[in-house]
Amino acid sequence: MGAVFRRETLSYFTSPIGYIFLAAFYAFSAFSFASNALQYSTTKMDGLFQQLMIILIVLIPILTMRTLSEDKKNKTDQCLLTAPVSLGGIVAGKFLAAFLIYILGVAITLVYAIVVSAFAAPDWSVIFGNIVGLVLVGGAFIAVGIFFSSLTENQVVSAVISFIALIALYMLTTIGEVIPSDFIEDLMPDLGPVWRTVITEALVIGLTLGIFFLFGKKAGVLIFGFIAMLVFGVFAAKGELMPMIFEKLSFWERYVGFTYGLFDMSNALFFISAMVVFLFLTVRVLEKRRWA
Amino acid sequence: MIEVQNLSKHYGDKKAVNNISFRAEDGEILGFLGPNGAGKSTTMNILTGYISSTSGKALIDGIDILEDPIKAKSKIGYLPELPPLYLDMTVKEYLCFIYDLKKCKLPRNTHLKDICSLVKIEHVYNRLIKNLSKGYRQRVGLAQALVGNPNVLILDEPTVGLDPKQIIEIRTLIKKLGRNHTVILSSHILSEVQAVCDKIVVINEGRIVADDTEDNLSKKLSSDHRLTVRIEGDQDKVVKLIEGIKDVETVDIGAKHDAAVWEYRIEAKEGSDIRRELFTRCADRGFIILEMKSSELSLEDIFLRLTMGDGIGDGGED
Repeated sequence: MGAVFRRETLSYFTSPIGYIFLAAFYAFSAFSFASNALQYSTTKMDGLFQQLMIILIVLIPILTMRTLSEDKKNKTDQCLLTAPVSLGGIVAGKFLAAFLIYILGVAITLVYAIVVSAFAAPDWSVIFGNIVGLVLVGGAFIAVGIFFSSLTENQVVSAVISFIALIALYMLTTIGEVIPSDFIEDLMPDLGPVWRTVITEALVIGLTLGIFFLFGKKAGVLIFGFIAMLVFGVFAAKGELMPMIFEKLSFWERYVGFTYGLFDMSNALFFISAMVVFLFLTVRVLEKRRWA
Repeated sequence: MIEVQNLSKHYGDKKAVNNISFRAEDGEILGFLGPNGAGKSTTMNILTGYISSTSGKALIDGIDILEDPIKAKSKIGYLPELPPLYLDMTVKEYLCFIYDLKKCKLPRNTHLKDICSLVKIEHVYNRLIKNLSKGYRQRVGLAQALVGNPNVLILDEPTVGLDPKQIIEIRTLIKKLGRNHTVILSSHILSEVQAVCDKIVVINEGRIVADDTEDNLSKKLSSDHRLTVRIEGDQDKVVKLIEGIKDVETVDIGAKHDAAVWEYRIEAKEGSDIRRELFTRCADRGFIILEMKSSELSLEDIFLRLTMGDGIGDGGED
C-alpha cells in the first residue's frame, strides 16, 4: 500500500493533474470566499462551504479519472496485480494519494479563516465542523470517482461518468421529488398494496430470470434484478416513502448541516460508509476482472 | 519450481488454454513455444496471478497461486508481453517503486545497482522511461522482474524489440539466470528457444502439442537433413546427381538466380546428414556449390511435424 500511495502522490505532481486540481480549487474557493464572506463583511463561512461542494462535483472527477483507468490502459496494472500486494492495498493506496491532494486543497480554507479572524473573531468550532464535513464529503466523492475509473480504461469516460454520478448524488432529494412515487398505484388502481407488490415483484422476478436464462447466465443480471426488486417493491408497497429515502441518501442533505456548524455523527458515518462501500466495490471490480 | 496441472481458461465459449500440464524444476529454463494467439501469454498471466484459471492448478514452489496469492507472487518476477512501465517516472524512481511494491528486504542501492549493471541500463538510470527506446524499455521491464531476486522468472517474449546484439546479450543473461532460478520464457522463434532453453513445451490453440521430456523434441526438430543449396550447373544433371545420393527423399527446384544457377531444396531421411556427400559429388562432376544452408523450420512446419508425424511439408522457409 505504501509504495502505491507514494507513487500515486508523486504522479499527481509529475503530471499536470495535481497542479490543475489545486489551482482550480484555490481559484474557485478564493472567488467564493471573496464573494461571500468578504463582500458581505461577515465571518460566517457557510456560503463558501456550500459552494465548495458544487466545485467538488466538477473537480473530483478530474482528480480521480486516471487512478485505475490509466493503469489498465497502459497495462501497468500487470505489475501491481502480480506484485505481492492485496487488491485492497492497491485501492487504498490510490485512494489515500487522491485524498492527500484533496486535503492540500481543503487546507486553503484555513487560510480564509485566518484572513477573516483578522477582522473579527470567527466561531472556530463552526469552521472546524465545516472543514471536517468538507473532508468527509470529498472523501466519499473520491471513492465514487475511483470506483468509476475502475470500470473503464478511458479517462474521459471515467471523468464524465463520475461527474454524472456525483451530480446525481448531490441532487437525490430533487430526483426523489420529481419521480412520481405512486406510478405503480396508478397502473393498478383497483388492487390493494399487498397484491400490487406481489404482482410487481412477480413481474420483476420473471423478467430477471428470463434475461438470466436467455442471455447467458450472468451473475450481474441477478444482482440488478435484486436491486430492481427492492426499488420496485418499495414503490409498489409504500410509494410515499420514496422521496424520504432519496432524501436520506442525498449527499447534499447530509452535508449542508455541517456548513451551519451542526456536527451530526450519523452524517459523518454516512460519508464514511459511502467511502467504504465504493472502495469495496472497486476492489470487487478488480477481482471480477481477474475472473472474467 | 513451477508445476501446472490440467490448467484451463475459457473466455465464454473460447478455450484460450485447454487442459495443459507441465513442470519446470529449479535451475531449469523452460521454453514456451507457439504462434501468436496460442495461449502463451494467457498461461503466463495465470501463473503470475494476473488472471485466474477456469480450472486446474498452478503451483509456484509448491504454493497454489489461487490459495495463497501473496506468498506465491513474492516468489515470481514477471515480465509481461508489454513491459508494465510508468512512463512518467525515471528508471531509478520506477525501480525503487517496484522495490517497495515487492517489499524487498535486500539492501536497496546495491541491489538495484547490481540489476542495472546486469541488464546494462546504468547509463539511463536517471532518465525518464518515456524517453527511452523500445529496447531499453524492454530491459527496464526485465530489471523490474529481477528486483527482489525472485526464485521464479516468467518472461513473456523477452527479446521482442531488441536489436540482434541486444538479443544475444539478453539470451546470455537469461542462460546465466537459469542456473539458479526457474525460468519460463515464451517465444515464437524456434531458434531462440533452442538456443536458451533446457526444455521445450510447444503449444498451439491452447493445447500442448509437444513436451520435450516425452518426445525428445530437439532431435525431432533438428533440421540438418533439410538443405537449401544453390548450385551452378545444368539443372537436369544436378537433380539427377542429388537424387543419386543415398537417403535423399525429395528434391525441389527453386528460383533461378543467374545463368545456370538454380536453388534446390533437398529433404533427406531424418537423422541423416548428406552435406559431405553432396559436396564431394558436386566437386567430382565440376558443379559449383555457391551456397548451402540448413532450412530453418517455420512454426507451421513444426506443428505439421508434431501433429501429423514425420516428413511432411515442403519449402521449409520462414
